[in-house]
Amino acid sequence: MSNISSVLYLISAVLFILSLRGLSHPTTARRGNFYGMLGMAIAIGTTVASPGVLSYKEITIAFVIGGLIGSTIALKIQMTALPQLVAAFHSLVGLAAVFVAGSAFYNPGAFDIGSIGAIPTGSLVEMALGTAIGAITFTGSIIAFGKLQGVVTGNPLVFKGQHFLNFFLGLTIIGLMIKFCLVQSPEYFWLIVLASFAIGFLLILPIGGADMPVIVSMLNSYSGWAATGIGFTLSNNLLIITGALVGSSGAILSYIMCKGMNRSFFNVLLGGFGGEQAAASSGKKDDRKPKQGNAADAAFMMKNCSSVIIVPGYGMAVAQAQHALREMGDILKKEGVEVRYAIHPVAGRMPGHMNVLLAEANVSYDEVLELDEINRDFSSTDVAFVIGANDVTNPAAKTDKTSAIYGMPILDVENAGQVFFVKRGMASGYAGVQNELFFRDNTLMLFGDAKKVCEDVIKGLKN
Amino acid sequence: MSELSNQLEKLSYQAQELSNQANNLASTLMESPNSHGDFLVFGFTVLILACFVGYYVVWSVTPALHSPLMGVTNAISSVIIVGALLAAGPIDSSLSKIFGLIAVTLAAVNIFGGFVVTNRMLSMFKKKQ
Repeated sequence: MSNISSVLYLISAVLFILSLRGLSHPTTARRGNFYGMLGMAIAIGTTVASPGVLSYKEITIAFVIGGLIGSTIALKIQMTALPQLVAAFHSLVGLAAVFVAGSAFYNPGAFDIGSIGAIPTGSLVEMALGTAIGAITFTGSIIAFGKLQGVVTGNPLVFKGQHFLNFFLGLTIIGLMIKFCLVQSPEYFWLIVLASFAIGFLLILPIGGADMPVIVSMLNSYSGWAATGIGFTLSNNLLIITGALVGSSGAILSYIMCKGMNRSFFNVLLGGFGGEQAAASSGKKDDRKPKQGNAADAAFMMKNCSSVIIVPGYGMAVAQAQHALREMGDILKKEGVEVRYAIHPVAGRMPGHMNVLLAEANVSYDEVLELDEINRDFSSTDVAFVIGANDVTNPAAKTDKTSAIYGMPILDVENAGQVFFVKRGMASGYAGVQNELFFRDNTLMLFGDAKKVCEDVIKGLKN
Repeated sequence: MSELSNQLEKLSYQAQELSNQANNLASTLMESPNSHGDFLVFGFTVLILACFVGYYVVWSVTPALHSPLMGVTNAISSVIIVGALLAAGPIDSSLSKIFGLIAVTLAAVNIFGGFVVTNRMLSMFKKKQ
């Protein structure tokens, strides 16, 4: 029996690997997702069939309730709210890991790891680690969710002695773990949970809204490591493999995001980015006036040019402008204009956020290009249409060594013949740096709500 | 003199007792971690290899699909439902079982939510002529 279940777990691990592998191309991705579901079904079926699992009725009820809630939320959620949904889901994985570790502690017999008060030290260490990571994932994800949803301020919250407090809490957790392994008493288990809740909370609070892509990926990674920790407790390879896949996936995504901002992971984690620079730049008031255009000008110019590159950013998501933007693109294409989209790695609030929104608006994925693929083409493009993006187009990243964003890879929109910049006002971007692109001769600002501006351009195109 | 030899005899007896105890302890220590001690090394091997697999598989994911990637990984990380099911398994009700059932519910939210939302995302990625 145990051999058969090991083989079945192995099959489901392989299916999980294939499900990630499928995401290498949009054409194979849906099949990949199906492999994932199949793998999960096999894993659940195998576990339910194991001799220790007997309370089928309660399990079915719990499973159905959870399944219904999950499916309903996933079907109803708006695509612009995707980042907070993912953050919320991460928090559940973390909490589930805490509960599993807790039940392993209170009834080690069900997991074959000794009896109460006589759990082997190795299992206790794994349990403590799984619990701590799970608890940090839980509160961290809740704060990330709050920031993305706008319930908690998106501004970095910093206070004096913050890093010291985190360091102290970290040491406390390690101390508690050691004590827990030595005395095996439930108080220490719950103290570890509490201290980890606190550190998860404190770690994410000081991190600003636009750094959330890194944080959401990082928490994704944590939820994987929590699964790995539980896998060691259960001596289950499937959990270890899956946890490692998820863990490395999240870690790689965080790395890609950090590189997209030219910041170290540590720098993001320390938080507080943007705050000081914003204060500094508001000190020296910029009295230059950018050139302002209107939607009719933009419509006329784009209609009569041969190529347009659209650069969407978080502002497009906030204004829900993707559908209007796609309609604008469609009309331009009918006029014989080549329309493409350029996506910066950190555009939006989660990795690949813009791609999903454009896909939702029915933009063909082969028109949507990444920074490396399209950056050289700006110089041979007539019009760059920047909508809701700011810092990722700022040429200061290449020239101004004192700038907060110096060294960050940017989209070279300034090389296009004409730049249209859709923006609500002259406020600077997340990094708090003035974008000198606004004052270039070939830039026209289109002030207004992104969706409204697109609709006005569409009107202009139709006339 | 005889006193000293007596003491010596006593001491040697105690030493023997002690060594017996140490022997017993050692043999119980050898047995007690049994399969688990072996699993730690084995599991660690699996972990490291899986990290390598993850590394190469994830780098091959196209950046356009990074959001669905998060959706899928979120769903499959809920494989901890395996642990939750084992905890919820026993017939008798206990704190541990309640924890298990809560964890089953939470993981089920994630499994269904993760796969459904990923499917929704992926169904939007289409190529038009």
